[in-house]
Amino acid sequence: MTTRTLAPRRARGALSLLKGEWIIERALFLCAALSVLTTAGIIAVLAIETYEFLREVPVLDFLTGTEWTPLFSNQKFGVLPLVAGTMLVSSIAMVVALPMGLLSAIYLSEYSPSGFRRVVKPVLEILAGVPTVVYGYFALMFVTPLLQQVFPTLSGFNALSPGLVMGLMILPLVSSLSEDAMRAVPQGLREGSYALGATRMQTALRVVVPAAFSGITAAFILGVSRAIGETMIVAIAAGQQPRLTGNPFVPIETMTAYIVQVSLGDTPQGTLEYRTIFAVGMLLFVMTFSLNLISTWLRERYREEYA
Amino acid sequence: MIVTSRPVPASLAGIASRPGQGPAAFDTPVKIDVNALNFYYGPKRALDGISIQIRANLVTAFIGPSGCGKSTFLRTLNRMNDIIPMTRVEGTVRIDGESIYDAGVDVVHLRRKVGMVFQKSNPFPKSIFENVAYGLRINGLVKSKSEMIDRVEESLRQAAIWDEVKDRLHDSALALSGGQQQRLCIARALAIRPEILLMDEPASALDPIATQRIEELIYELKKQYTIVIVTHNMQQAARVSDFTAFFWLGRLIEFDRTDRIFTAPAEKLTEDYVTGRCG
Repeated sequence: MTTRTLAPRRARGALSLLKGEWIIERALFLCAALSVLTTAGIIAVLAIETYEFLREVPVLDFLTGTEWTPLFSNQKFGVLPLVAGTMLVSSIAMVVALPMGLLSAIYLSEYSPSGFRRVVKPVLEILAGVPTVVYGYFALMFVTPLLQQVFPTLSGFNALSPGLVMGLMILPLVSSLSEDAMRAVPQGLREGSYALGATRMQTALRVVVPAAFSGITAAFILGVSRAIGETMIVAIAAGQQPRLTGNPFVPIETMTAYIVQVSLGDTPQGTLEYRTIFAVGMLLFVMTFSLNLISTWLRERYREEYA
Repeated sequence: MIVTSRPVPASLAGIASRPGQGPAAFDTPVKIDVNALNFYYGPKRALDGISIQIRANLVTAFIGPSGCGKSTFLRTLNRMNDIIPMTRVEGTVRIDGESIYDAGVDVVHLRRKVGMVFQKSNPFPKSIFENVAYGLRINGLVKSKSEMIDRVEESLRQAAIWDEVKDRLHDSALALSGGQQQRLCIARALAIRPEILLMDEPASALDPIATQRIEELIYELKKQYTIVIVTHNMQQAARVSDFTAFFWLGRLIEFDRTDRIFTAPAEKLTEDYVTGRCG
């Protein structure tokens, strides 16, 4: 190719390149806009339906009522039993996921040889890729019968078994994010600690974990948020009985499981019963959204500390 | 720039001309006795047959170009290299006659005796007080709260930072200036009362005034401690040290009284380096 022929070609090429750029730019913009619009649409639908719902049910009755019977003839719209069910299962999940996640993060970040970590971390993250419906049946068909041998009073549907299984499901998330936070702690801090005669355990617990504290907290909050929003496990294994209780042995219903129940049932659209799922969904959204905001804020603060 | 060959400027010959301080002598007791030390990062040999005798209550400076092994060597003296995977040590290091690489040596005990200050100040993200108290707590060195408070104050005074922080002991250490952070790290190292203090370029990130304070501090501390300092700054080596060791490509080229290293080195390589002709 000579320079003489290059000049006119480049001019033509530049024009079509410009056109191509224009198309690509618009296409990319559309893709980005679509996801934003979808989110906005979801929030709008939630908000409108919730508004319609709250025109018939006073917001105070909804948020503080202790009975939830929208599908019965004697309708009561107190959401607390559903919130309690969600909290109960999530708490059990976090009791499993927090200590185990933190300990495995400490092991991976501070103790394990790097070759071992390179293998184990991806494997651990595969756990997060198991479909939650599998976890649900695992809870119902395997863990519950196992637990019934220890606690004969345990119902077939209960909060304990899905809670434990959910904890296992969230464990990789908590562990992986906590480990990221701990690995970001400057090596100089560890050396400073070792140089003062500290052992590995002392260095991990007294220097690394406190230094990574906001990152670890962010991981925990994200875990809680995940537990609250988790649906399949509880829909399958926790039961469908809204009950204001702290007893993990009896059937309960979580906010997510209730939404599944109504969505799959034959509740006619546009009725008050139907709108309950949007109100519950809105509440769920507000809860997980605030938790995610706190988590993001914590992680950003953490990044500033060790920029 | 015109390179002058000799003699070394008078300002470099610091220690010999310091009033009230005679030239350091070889007759002071040996604190650290290193014999034929080799050190490997994986297959790469970083230190080659180092033998040196470091004397008690004097300041020994390690000089040499970047990557010559002086920091690596410093870190073999408190076994800090142990935490780096794939490293290997051959030869012996004796501190007070005890071989520190023998099986059964308690590394925690060793590091309590051989304190270290790093190039980049590394205060823990805790309060000023808790930074100094850390070593005391983990080693269980104090029995009561009042003893803890006394030891923290004593250490901060020794590190010449007490007056600047006494009113804000419970503020975060990260709020201190770079020079203050480095003196806090020195206080932290002193709190567990080591016998030897290793300093890895302690002033390289500091401005001249903060550097001067650290140097004055080193001069004070050598009354109680054996100090080994790695430095890139030859004036600093000349000012603060009694003995100087010159490293080149993992080998110890020359080790002598500081005044001799800077005024009449035996090796041509040393002379070229201290006069700025190479390195």
